[in-house]
Amino acid sequence: MNALIDYILHLADTTLILSQRNSEWCGHGPILEQDIAITNISLDLLGQSRNFYQYAAQLLNNSTEGNKAPSPGGEGVGAEVTEDSLAYLRKEREYKNLLLVEQPNGDWGQTILRQYLFSQYQYLLFEQLQHYSDEQLAAIAAKSLKETRYHVRWSSEWVLRLGDGTGESHDRMLKAIDELWRYTGEMFMPASYENSLNIDPAALKKAWEEKVNTLFTEASLPVPEKVFMQSGGKTGTHTEQLGFILTELQYMQRAYPNCEW
Amino acid sequence: MFNTCIRKFYYGDIPEDNAGGTQSNKPAAKNEWPLWEIFIRSKQGLDHKHVGSLHAADAAMAIENARDVYTRRQEGISIWVVESRYITASNPEEAGELYEPAVDKIYRHPTFYQLPDEVNHM
Repeated sequence: MNALIDYILHLADTTLILSQRNSEWCGHGPILEQDIAITNISLDLLGQSRNFYQYAAQLLNNSTEGNKAPSPGGEGVGAEVTEDSLAYLRKEREYKNLLLVEQPNGDWGQTILRQYLFSQYQYLLFEQLQHYSDEQLAAIAAKSLKETRYHVRWSSEWVLRLGDGTGESHDRMLKAIDELWRYTGEMFMPASYENSLNIDPAALKKAWEEKVNTLFTEASLPVPEKVFMQSGGKTGTHTEQLGFILTELQYMQRAYPNCEW
Repeated sequence: MFNTCIRKFYYGDIPEDNAGGTQSNKPAAKNEWPLWEIFIRSKQGLDHKHVGSLHAADAAMAIENARDVYTRRQEGISIWVVESRYITASNPEEAGELYEPAVDKIYRHPTFYQLPDEVNHM
């Protein structure tokens, strides 16, 4: 049961943090229409993370040891776990998101590439998860799949445009690849909770590489080889970026506990 | 980087230099995307309706932008886009000669026919 909760939190944290990152573009997009597009995606991801958090909260409240599992904000044993307490009151080391999604937005090209690398992975993952034995998890994956398919389509279009665009856009994409590629390996390295659940992300690697290769070739971008892959996000060891994100994300609840609108 | 200057046009207001007819070959500013008119069909069996306009680099991007700008509240099931400069509009100043002659020709309306009772919805 704990493995399942950990895994759901991993999915929830990953979508929440990417949503938070993308939402930083709100009001700052390169053009009005793309501002709306990226914040739409941000909201899709937030919706997905809420589904995961709600399910995790339900499991935590039902399980006998739930109240002392991931600290729901140090409110003491017995406090009810909610989607909000999971998002707003867990600490950096308790977050299990992928390192890739916590990386800074950089320029538009870097944001696009991060979205593409992730969405392509998420699409392949949810395609499998929708048939998973846990019904609720399968249902959330199935529901999210259409959104994800659009995210892949939208971000692929942009990778093509920028990779195969002007000299400057091409150079910026090269820089983005250089910046982000080292965080892609982690997606396919199973954490112990994934092993216990018989979920094997490594099995998605080949399909993901094929998709990425095809797109990069079309976009005249090189696929890096022999890059040392960073890992640790799945088990709570993050880059220095996450702390800053949580500071902003959790500020209101930390400063004014239990405040409501 | 996309140091884009956004020009805001209001509904139905296609600016002269973007309008068709006098096909202007003036290249758009290098950092400015062309304007597209968006038509959405709200459900099967209805026709596409003009809903507004937006900027995009090409038709494919115009469709995606329209999806995000105009169908996020389930407004549609089909999108058409056409670059604004391909639309030729009538000149509002010519409204007098174009439309007013029809005002006093009520016999063109089919209101003078006796319809059988069986015919409904006319």
